[in-house]
Amino acid sequence: MNPNPIAILLQTALLLLLAPLITGCIRSWKARLQNRRGPRIGQPYFDLRKFLRKDMVISEHASWVFSAAPYVVFITALLVGLMVPMVTTQAPLSLFGGILAVVGLLALGRFFLALGGLDPGSAFGGMGSSREMTIAAIAEPALMLAIFTVAITVGSTDLSHMVAAAQQPGWNLFNPTHLMAFAALFIVLLAETGRVPIDNPATHLELTMIHEAMLLEYSGRYLALMEWGASIKQLVLMAILANIFLPVGLATDGSAAMLGLGLAVFLGKILLLSAAVVLVETVNAKLRLFRVPDLLSAAFVLAAMALLSTFLFK
Amino acid sequence: MELTSATLLSATFLGYVLGAAAGLTCLCHERLAKGLAFGLATLASACGLLAGGLYLTNSAASGPVPIQLLPMLVPYLSFSVRVDPLSAFFLMVVSAVGLAISIYSLGYARGFYGRKNVGLLGAFYNVLLLATTLVFTADNAFFFLMVWEIMALTAYCLVSFEHEEAEARRAGVLFFVMSHIGTGCIMLGFLLLFQASGGYGFAGFHALGDKMSPGSRDAAFLLFLAGFGIKSGIVPLHTWLPAAHPVAPSNVSAFLSGVLIKTGIYGMARVFFDFLPAAAGPPMWWGVTVLALGTISAVLGVLYALMQHDLKRLLAYHSIENIGIILMGFGASLMFLHTGHPLLASLALVAGLYHTINHAVFKALLFLGAGAVLHATHTRDMERMGGLAKRMPQTAFCFLVGAVAISALPPLNGFVSEWLTYQSLLQGYGTTDSLLRLMFPVGGALLALTGALAAACFVKAFGITFLAQPRSESAAQAHEVSPAMLVGQGLFVAMCVFLGLFPTQFIRLLDPLTQLLIGQQISGQLTVANGLVLSGLNQNGGTVSTLGIAVVGLCLLSLPFLLRVVFARGTKVRIGSTWDCGLQGLTPRMEYTATGFSKPIRMIFKALFRPRREVQREYDFSPYFTTGIRFEARVEEVFETRIYRPLNRWVLWASRRTRALQAGSIQAYLIYIFITLLLLLLFALK
Repeated sequence: MNPNPIAILLQTALLLLLAPLITGCIRSWKARLQNRRGPRIGQPYFDLRKFLRKDMVISEHASWVFSAAPYVVFITALLVGLMVPMVTTQAPLSLFGGILAVVGLLALGRFFLALGGLDPGSAFGGMGSSREMTIAAIAEPALMLAIFTVAITVGSTDLSHMVAAAQQPGWNLFNPTHLMAFAALFIVLLAETGRVPIDNPATHLELTMIHEAMLLEYSGRYLALMEWGASIKQLVLMAILANIFLPVGLATDGSAAMLGLGLAVFLGKILLLSAAVVLVETVNAKLRLFRVPDLLSAAFVLAAMALLSTFLFK
Repeated sequence: MELTSATLLSATFLGYVLGAAAGLTCLCHERLAKGLAFGLATLASACGLLAGGLYLTNSAASGPVPIQLLPMLVPYLSFSVRVDPLSAFFLMVVSAVGLAISIYSLGYARGFYGRKNVGLLGAFYNVLLLATTLVFTADNAFFFLMVWEIMALTAYCLVSFEHEEAEARRAGVLFFVMSHIGTGCIMLGFLLLFQASGGYGFAGFHALGDKMSPGSRDAAFLLFLAGFGIKSGIVPLHTWLPAAHPVAPSNVSAFLSGVLIKTGIYGMARVFFDFLPAAAGPPMWWGVTVLALGTISAVLGVLYALMQHDLKRLLAYHSIENIGIILMGFGASLMFLHTGHPLLASLALVAGLYHTINHAVFKALLFLGAGAVLHATHTRDMERMGGLAKRMPQTAFCFLVGAVAISALPPLNGFVSEWLTYQSLLQGYGTTDSLLRLMFPVGGALLALTGALAAACFVKAFGITFLAQPRSESAAQAHEVSPAMLVGQGLFVAMCVFLGLFPTQFIRLLDPLTQLLIGQQISGQLTVANGLVLSGLNQNGGTVSTLGIAVVGLCLLSLPFLLRVVFARGTKVRIGSTWDCGLQGLTPRMEYTATGFSKPIRMIFKALFRPRREVQREYDFSPYFTTGIRFEARVEEVFETRIYRPLNRWVLWASRRTRALQAGSIQAYLIYIFITLLLLLLFALK
């Protein structure tokens, strides 16, 4: 139960190294699916190294908040990653916080990201911040209700307990409650990671951009921290989805064989989920901003139905 | 030890009285009056803080501390004060907040030199603190109502302190009227309690529920809910709050929003958990009502807050939101008492009380920050601010801490109390089999909505006020405020950090309180790992450690620096201009505004806001070449237009009708008297 320094270090390394790969896979597969050649899978690593080595240009209007934001975004993403079980059933920092802390820390990162967008005084940044906070606000109830549904059936907000409970024999993914909660969380995942029906990660300097608009004034190592933080956040949200609803193959102890198997299964699940994201991104067009609430309320309704179905299918 | 709390408390009262007297005697010496009045208030509130803290840590087990302030002159009316754990907790709240605000006022009151009477301000301020402290400690219903009235009247004087402005006068009157409707309800409630107990002493009111008929018990519940609800500003009784709090001087606004509305919370805690409980527990609908009202207040409070661009008005609306969150805890607690889960009831009550002190601290901090901004820029309109983070860095930092805390973000204090609220809601799901249990997860989801909207609102409040370029000349000329004002804000920052990082230490102080009200001590169940980790009742339910998060976060901070050493050695930082799409430089007029920032939310919730906008364009030969534009946007305050205005019209109509009775003719009055006499005789004959 107590935090284990070695586990913390290993999971931090996993987060840092795996996150850009997932981003790279999604980009590359999406390009293939759209009959483009696209970048290679390892491109995000090269991008990060390039950003780290570049000089920085900081806006004359920006204050210390602008410089603090990348650190907060990066650190909160890592902290959240340490609270989520990935390869083992026991997350290194599960004692320090469960799903409520995860949601809170992600919100903290977003808070500073949005402030960083406002600070240089560009209208793009303000627009991005405003939209990001709005979408997060309407995604939050759906997220929380879906989480509550799972937490109520398990009786805990601790992610490690949730995963452990999901490994019990009575658990069934194809139980309607779980299917609906999964669907709701998948929509929230798309919103939180800025994926296509809600935001387009491939746009630059367009009036539709949200996440990119806030990063517009960032360059050099701050940009690297921001991009890396966003990748880690994406990985973590996927891990939550994958491990809570499909908890097979997680290592229950620290033996090398178990860990190896756990890592392989985890990679498989995450890549599967990435493929689903790619598919959704390819077959959907980006929604108008004011249609996004409809999608997110659909997620809320799904979560509410998941909750109600706990009565029906008991 | 008992003596110490009592002595300290007497010193507190004495300090406030002396402070008020000093303010009044030195009316002509501004500097002296300011120093004496606020200096004495600082000392008095420090004594009060110590008294409350000492009582809760040491002598709570040995029973309440009674003090007789004046001899009993009139039957039933004794001027007695009694400190029990609930009083001691609120004594700590008022004193801690009073302490930091008093220090801040030492600097802030200078802004009134030569303009307003600072001695009078100091005197009113001391009386307000005194009356509020007495409200929290009064031991007799009569005495309680007296100090309650003194508090309301002083607050009225302070709200309309800057009475040259029509806005302040109007807000003052609204506050005055609403406050007295509330007092009327509370009086009726006390009369019902008197019927059952035969006295006005609070000790005699304890656990009266079984002696009252269910009907009068329910009536007392509703009367107190309405009376204290008006004071704390729950929806739909809130309309006075966003009008009154912004117009007062900022140090007073901080006190009004931080502490004064908590007198309503104190009253509810006192009545619902001390006076009205019966052996069988409260009826289910009490808890359901309070939880529902709390949820509605939380969501509507934050939604209206988002629409404001007056910084202090925005903060005032957030008070409604936070009162709602406190009441969610109270409501859940009442529901658990009904279903017979005292431990869970304690958890929910602790969540509510923890949020009470948290809100007092961060809301006062934010109002002090707003006061500093107002002091520096002479405007409350956020659309005319901007760029203050560079000009007032310390104030900006303090405000940012408050903003993070109120948005319930870890690792600060707002997160802890909301975490406790979530835990109690989550575990409440299993307490009943009825459909009512759906209220818990739905309440949780709406709490999440509230939290996320609050974060959006404070990104706006901080971002538009402090970041980017200044939007007006006065904002560009702003400078950092005086050290006393910074110390006051700094104290609150320290409190936010302490309450955020060391929750288990604080919850231990609440043990005597839950023991008194519910008969359960809870800190043992909430603490694991040497008190560094907070746990939701059973350890499997979930744990959180804000301290752990902060420490690990700081350790992880070495990573970016490591990256910098490895990869970014020798890179340079250039200062450049923001990308302006190739125009000739970026001006403040191109920045996002507060109104623009909240537009998406206004559009999404347009059924509630009913936004209206009016645009008038002038152009020469084609609409594409506009020469002048006038833009006006409004949102509808539903409660005001749909409830209060019709009610107001109806009251005026009814009073016009009754005026006909008072025609001024002696004959008519004689007839009235005769008819009354006849009716009374008939009544007596029967």
